[in-house]
Amino acid sequence: MNTSTDRLPRLLALVPYLIARPGIAVDEAANDFGVSAKQLRKDLELLWMCGLPGYGPGDLIDLSFEGDTISVNFDAGMSRPLRLTGSEATALLVALRTLLDAPGVADADAVRRAVAKIEAAAGQAQPAGVAVGLGVREGATTAKAREVVQKALRGNRALRMTYYTASKDEITERTVDPMRMLIVEGRGYLEAWCRRAEGVRLFRMDRIDDVTELDEPAAPPPYAEQTDTTAGLFHPQPDQPVAQLVLSPDARWVSEYYPVEESAELDGGHLRVWMRYADLSWMVRLLLGLGGDAVVEGPADLVSALRERAVRALARYR
Amino acid sequence: MSVVRAERLVNLVLCLLSTRQYLPAESIRKIVPGYKDAPNDEAFFRMFERDKTELRELGIPLETGRNWSFDRVDGYRIARRDYELGDIELEPDEAAAVALAVRLWDSPELTGAAHGALLKLRAAGVDVDQGVPAVVEPKVRTTEPAFGPLLAAVQTGQAVSFDYRRPSPAELRGRTLEPWGVVSWRGRWYVVGHDRDRHAPRCFRLSRIVGDVRLVGRPGTVRRPEEVDLLKFVASSSNEPPETSTVQLWLAKHRAAGLRRRATVVGERELDGEQGDLVELEVLHTDSAASWIAGYGQDAVVLEPDVLRKAVHERLLAVAEAT
Repeated sequence: MNTSTDRLPRLLALVPYLIARPGIAVDEAANDFGVSAKQLRKDLELLWMCGLPGYGPGDLIDLSFEGDTISVNFDAGMSRPLRLTGSEATALLVALRTLLDAPGVADADAVRRAVAKIEAAAGQAQPAGVAVGLGVREGATTAKAREVVQKALRGNRALRMTYYTASKDEITERTVDPMRMLIVEGRGYLEAWCRRAEGVRLFRMDRIDDVTELDEPAAPPPYAEQTDTTAGLFHPQPDQPVAQLVLSPDARWVSEYYPVEESAELDGGHLRVWMRYADLSWMVRLLLGLGGDAVVEGPADLVSALRERAVRALARYR
Repeated sequence: MSVVRAERLVNLVLCLLSTRQYLPAESIRKIVPGYKDAPNDEAFFRMFERDKTELRELGIPLETGRNWSFDRVDGYRIARRDYELGDIELEPDEAAAVALAVRLWDSPELTGAAHGALLKLRAAGVDVDQGVPAVVEPKVRTTEPAFGPLLAAVQTGQAVSFDYRRPSPAELRGRTLEPWGVVSWRGRWYVVGHDRDRHAPRCFRLSRIVGDVRLVGRPGTVRRPEEVDLLKFVASSSNEPPETSTVQLWLAKHRAAGLRRRATVVGERELDGEQGDLVELEVLHTDSAASWIAGYGQDAVVLEPDVLRKAVHERLLAVAEAT
């Protein structure tokens, strides 16, 4: 949190916060406000100098410290927090409603109650102008897999699953230690420690063909870290080869669907892109499917692999 | 913000909350510590204007008015009922939902606003533990540079113009839009509004906006029709009616795993001297099915229908000619 621009909102929230929690520890309060204990003490010192006109001993905000805990003796009329702004109410309420849209959210009822209470408290600050639909498409197989996965997450159990890896076009059996389920860009993922790959992996829910709970606890190693989703789920690796493609207007969706390194506009709505790929066979499959809508300019091994596959396939259509 | 200014602003809020009378600027100057430091009238009014703006930006309802009809200037006060957040108590399961909701956004604009809301709920006495793990965590990300300016335009009710690239048929052209809202559907952001050039409601994908979003006209001029459902508008524009049909393929033995997991094996057959399986597959659109199947090259051959067989054949031909 940026201390200079967020300081006033914090100062206005601090006194009511402390009133609601008499004798709270400085560290805990600092943690809730996302600042250091040192910064919080500075804020408290400042508030001590503020109060009602007159500004005598009985008019100033009075806080008492006992060891590392704080209490409020006089609040100078600042007993409640400021109402939510329109943007705050929007950000929170739209996010809550989005949870209702997520398949398998544990407690839709609790979400609805929270929405109703926040709406009532927020008063006129009604959300507007932002809508979110996760739009998760879930077939019957995936819904069943999700239920098994969620039960294992709640019960902290390991899973055995049959998983389709699209990049290699293969189906494998894996034992995984589930960590959490994510929904990103309309798709559900299981984040888990994969014992076979010995690493944290994101498994697409719609590619889990079969899954069973094991009679052993989920035990991801302590160094298994959650994926940072802020920069998207997929992070191309610098050692992966780069395909240089020219996409026709009908194939431009490729640059919106897959992460591309770079792109350059060409005449007639064509787009030249540079795209990293982990697996040659995956890239060949993509390009065969695009037909004439994508022209590959390099690297040479990709061009020759593609040509060979196309020629062999054509022989089957004679 | 300097300590002096922060202290002055807190005192100003406390002072205006405690008065029922409208306080004119001159009285505020005499009462609230900090303003006495202003060396002259001009410096004071500049300071006071800046402070008022700051309070309004935080959403503090600063009222202006006169106590008596013969007052010569406006005064200021803050009505407590408009300032204070209403009473709220959340059960533990409701607070857990709030914690999860705050984690939804991966967006500078919306993450900041959600945290602002969380701060106030905590100040209202609600305990929200952000460390509680959830069974499902939805994430919504904003990366498009156009998002911030469009959200701001939606919130201030201002029209915008931008260059928009349509992929097919390819064209880049300027659009002027009265934005009603921003919508995330299946992980993609859209802006919905009244297109002034087309005289009709339209939605635009944010990732296809080229360059800057420019503001047009004054704030407060855009009115969103009450009956419009933003999400439905986008979701129905992007949905095509699915037409499923059953197709028959030959698949080489133990190959094309991606097709096999969706297919049913109905027999065996040799093709070009190679052993394979006859399978049936449900597909939605001929176009997407043709791309999917063509990807498997010589390992997957369409037997029928003919229209799909031709579509796959054409793709393979085009690739062979271009490489």
